[in-house]
Amino acid sequence: MEDKEIYAEISSIRNLMERSTKFISLSGLSGVMAGVYALVGAALAYQILPKGNVLQPLPVSKYPDLFYGSYGPGYWATLDLTLFFIALAVLILSIGTGILLTVRKARKKGLSVVNPSSKALLISGGIPLLTGGLFVLILLGHGYFGIISSACLIFYGLALVAASAHTFGDVKWLGIFEILLGLLALLKPGYGLYIWATGFGVMHILYGTIMHFKYDRESNAK
Amino acid sequence: MKVTLNNFDKAFENRVRLQVMSVLVANESYDFNSLKDLLEVTDGNLASHLKALEKEEYITVIKSFLGRKPNTRYKASPAGITAFKMHLQALENLIKQQKL
Repeated sequence: MEDKEIYAEISSIRNLMERSTKFISLSGLSGVMAGVYALVGAALAYQILPKGNVLQPLPVSKYPDLFYGSYGPGYWATLDLTLFFIALAVLILSIGTGILLTVRKARKKGLSVVNPSSKALLISGGIPLLTGGLFVLILLGHGYFGIISSACLIFYGLALVAASAHTFGDVKWLGIFEILLGLLALLKPGYGLYIWATGFGVMHILYGTIMHFKYDRESNAK
Repeated sequence: MKVTLNNFDKAFENRVRLQVMSVLVANESYDFNSLKDLLEVTDGNLASHLKALEKEEYITVIKSFLGRKPNTRYKASPAGITAFKMHLQALENLIKQQKL
């Protein structure tokens, strides 16, 4: 066997092992878009949230104050619904854009979107994500507003870490940062919205940009 | 030099077989259609190579049904994984020897 042949053989083996275990059609741009949606959502939420409540950390010793602020449960109940729909819109737009751009990227590369690695990605990421989603909804139901942004970040981070085994390794680092931000949000009860905006907005834009230049540009050039 | 040639596995001489094996080593199991899509080979071609690997007992076949459709999955056997590693080692040695 020729030298060149052996190299070609080994690189084809490595390529196949990678392609068969990892879903590499995730689009970096969709991360950027998700970040933009999150920032717009956070800005809208900021507009309608009582300012004092967001800026000043609440006394942790008095639980009702932490959860309701000085506005009382009734005020929160109506506010709660508006915030819920903003969050839902951000979620649907992000997922929609993500699916659209990922399918487009896969088509461009001539790869299929439905394959064992994308299924593994959905299952391993979906379980922590769905658990987190239900957890947050239950928190909302109980009126525990103070820890919702923290729970969102932590569960999302855990989902990313779990899913990263089946896609680009960089996703794991994004996950770890989200978890750290979630813990920080728990430490600093009044700053939930800011930290949420950092985690879902700024981090997504940052990582999406990195991923785009690292993987998408490179594959387009080929 | 002789050792190298001994480790060179005849079963992996064919490119498709080696590719099938690398996918099965990297994954817990893989089904026929996904394998076909990934390697871009025809049904008959893939089936005959899978048969050959099965005969060597390098892979095991799990047949089941997804609803009414038959779903055949393949798994690398411990013997197959060992053989694959030896083959890779042999390739590596060959490169090293040619560099000297």
